[in-house]
Amino acid sequence: MARIDLDLAHAYGPNPKEDGDYALLPLKMSFADGGAYALLGPSGCGKTTMLNIMSGLLQPSHGTVKFDGVDVTAASPQARNIAQVFQFPVIYDTMTVAENLAFPLRNRKVPAAQIKQRVGVIAEMLEMSGQLDQRAANLSADAKQKISLGRGLVRSDVSAVLFDEPLTVIDPHLKWQLRRKLKQIHHELKLTLIYVTHDQVEALTFADQVLVMTRGRAVQVGSAEALFERPQHTFVGHFIGSPGMNFLPVIAKGGQLQIAGQFLTLDAGLHLPEGDLKLGVRPEYVALTAAGAPGALPVQVTQVQDIGTYVLVTARIGEQVLKARLAPDQAQPKAGEQAWFQVLGTHSCFYKNEELLA
Amino acid sequence: MSTTTKPVNQKAWWLILPVFLCVAFSAILPLMTVVNYSVQDIISPDRRVFVGTEWFAAVMRDQDLHEALWRQMVFSCSVLAVEIPLGVMLALSMPAQGWKASVVLVIVALSLLIPWNVVGTIWQIFGRADIGLMGSTLLKLGFDYSYTGNALHAWLTVLLMDVWHWTPLVALLGYAGLRSIPDAYYQAARIDGASKFAVFRYIQLPKMRGVLMIAVLLRFMDSFMIYTEPFVLTGGGPGNATTFLSQYLTQKAVGQFDLGPAAAFSLIYFLIILLLCFMLYNWMQAVGTADKTEASHG
Repeated sequence: MARIDLDLAHAYGPNPKEDGDYALLPLKMSFADGGAYALLGPSGCGKTTMLNIMSGLLQPSHGTVKFDGVDVTAASPQARNIAQVFQFPVIYDTMTVAENLAFPLRNRKVPAAQIKQRVGVIAEMLEMSGQLDQRAANLSADAKQKISLGRGLVRSDVSAVLFDEPLTVIDPHLKWQLRRKLKQIHHELKLTLIYVTHDQVEALTFADQVLVMTRGRAVQVGSAEALFERPQHTFVGHFIGSPGMNFLPVIAKGGQLQIAGQFLTLDAGLHLPEGDLKLGVRPEYVALTAAGAPGALPVQVTQVQDIGTYVLVTARIGEQVLKARLAPDQAQPKAGEQAWFQVLGTHSCFYKNEELLA
Repeated sequence: MSTTTKPVNQKAWWLILPVFLCVAFSAILPLMTVVNYSVQDIISPDRRVFVGTEWFAAVMRDQDLHEALWRQMVFSCSVLAVEIPLGVMLALSMPAQGWKASVVLVIVALSLLIPWNVVGTIWQIFGRADIGLMGSTLLKLGFDYSYTGNALHAWLTVLLMDVWHWTPLVALLGYAGLRSIPDAYYQAARIDGASKFAVFRYIQLPKMRGVLMIAVLLRFMDSFMIYTEPFVLTGGGPGNATTFLSQYLTQKAVGQFDLGPAAAFSLIYFLIILLLCFMLYNWMQAVGTADKTEASHG
């Protein structure tokens, strides 16, 4: 187990000049020993690159990787003693389940008795004890992926276990089970787990700390709550939540906000720089309110969808679209009507150049 | 069955007639001619005697045939024993991508493009002690090499020639198998701390199994029917050292004009190949089914 410090950048091509040449823009990041982390972002944002740099499959073009303060930038995955589970199950076809699980230990010349014991423990944990003598090639995809997970967990002394979207090939109901299993394993083994995914639910339920990435940039690290309540970057607001945060272009001027031709008065305590800003408000915090209430805007309702646990109201104000999640038991506006939406409040976030203002 | 019966028109059988005629003309009639020869002693075009299974019995007892068959088996097995591992080694050492991969592929495939008789001629000259590069070099190094005089040298030269000609096929098939292995397998192996040998033994070899089976089948059948190259290189000699089954058959049929025994032997040869094909086919089917059950689970 180890604490991992990254201070690096990576470009696949030589001589990167502009931001677009980098797969990973310069970043500093620390993963505490025993933590459960998720790297969250859309496809191609650099999360797998970052994972491969940590495991040593890839060497960063710039900067260093440190494990417990020791520079391991040039060390092989074997030397780093790291485990990694890949998106698609990797199993050794000719071996049985038990032999598959024992493989990382056998390669490291662990005594046979100890191998047997570890394989037993891991098989028990993954509920595969009954299949140990079966040939791994004949198993279903999710059983194969469980073997891959098991191979990642079988060494008790690993620095960290890295997961690269390990549940992609798994059926939804098993996904949930396996995720819970991972959580339980984290609890029992106290390993450092780093989990790459593009699924926000997966990331937020699995990890204590989520690192959100976009286009090679780490935009925010935080707990699920922080990412939801105070997105540091408009991308985070947009990417996390269902639907994502509403963003309205506003102009701040003398204690007032101009939104699509309407003027709202700001709280006296709030000091915003004058000029063009963006107001971010979660659909969960947009509420119906009385006409002319402070911090409210008149909107034209365009669509009302009953999603079951909530009602999603889509409305327009000028050119801007505003979404609201309303409780199903309260009075609902109808499409085509005018309504008043509360947009300013304690949850309001203001952004300049896509970055959150304090 | 459905209640609406399809219209039946037996005239459709006539449509098969052209194919039937073609096959009869090109395969069935010649084969029947062979059968006809095999049961008669044709002394002259006017005098022929029905001999029943006499030729078959004679051929089966023929010492020369036994030797040719044994020589053939040893040769085919040697071909496999050399070409398959060598081809795999070649495939493993070929570059995976970039311009080097293209260049190497072309170079490796080169020998496959050379016609059989040209291969024989190339080696005939290559091995000559007076002007051949290999022959004269071996002589200079102190080996008393002569593929025309020494039976073992002739046999080894034919083997070497076949290895030179056909190992690239095994290499290309193996290369195709290797390229189909996803990167994640190699990455996982590195994470698992697998040695180079373990990667070969547990990833590359199992993933190449399918194409290697095809390679074994092709090389076995082809080498079992080898004719042109030894014919050009050694003519079956010295003595009978490189007289394989096809060579033996041709000597009998065309050389000595022993049409009866030659016909009987052709049929036996045909049955041997049929038997081997059947065995190999069943073996591949069995392995294929095992793969399919794996795939349906995976």
